[in-house]
Amino acid sequence: MTKLLYFGRLSDITGSAEETLTLPQDVSTAGELRAYLDLRFEAGGALLEPTVRIAVNNELCFDDMSLAGAEEIAFMPPVGGG
Amino acid sequence: MLQLSEMPLRASELIKALEKRSAGAGGLVTFTGQVRPEAKSGSVSSLFLQAYSPMTENGIESAIAEAQCRWPLTAVSVAHRIGEMLPGDTIVFVGTASAHRRAAFEAADFLMDYLKTEAIFWKRESTSSGTNWIEPRAEDYSDASRWTEHK
Repeated sequence: MTKLLYFGRLSDITGSAEETLTLPQDVSTAGELRAYLDLRFEAGGALLEPTVRIAVNNELCFDDMSLAGAEEIAFMPPVGGG
Repeated sequence: MLQLSEMPLRASELIKALEKRSAGAGGLVTFTGQVRPEAKSGSVSSLFLQAYSPMTENGIESAIAEAQCRWPLTAVSVAHRIGEMLPGDTIVFVGTASAHRRAAFEAADFLMDYLKTEAIFWKRESTSSGTNWIEPRAEDYSDASRWTEHK
């Protein structure tokens, strides 16, 4: 099981800020997880935006990052603001 | 020194603590930011700030380390409120101490720019016209970019 966190406005789309999930067999990278979740939540691309960064086990990563050993994955929209 | 707090921040106490740690520094600059009562979308009834520990703390600690590298500081204090707060509440406090006035001013300004644009916080504003997540304004980014031109 992997803990998924959705920060800021993303939690309005996913309906919760946190969930645990068994990653599907065909999801092995951060980018594949993005695509899978965007469809699952019918997010219309909100999770695919390049400004939404992904952190795996508290480290920011690129989309080609393997999710092997991922315990906590966070989806982080742009931070800060006024 | 860094503190994220769900409880109200008291600037006067933070200044006192910094004064104690920086005794003899010569110059001490402090900045206090408060929750604004007015937003673009109307009167603010409350503000919610979300952090992601320990990434938020690690990022701010790195910015403090960079400030200490760039300016001769004898003490630094950063405190940030998280969770629910009301207009007028202190949301952020930055204090810097140095033998040199300009170093203290510049380091405080640098840390505030980091906190406004790069620090890992998400902000949700509740106003008379509803609840909105706020993302950075263009001028917040241009303020922060002032510090990279000289690297």
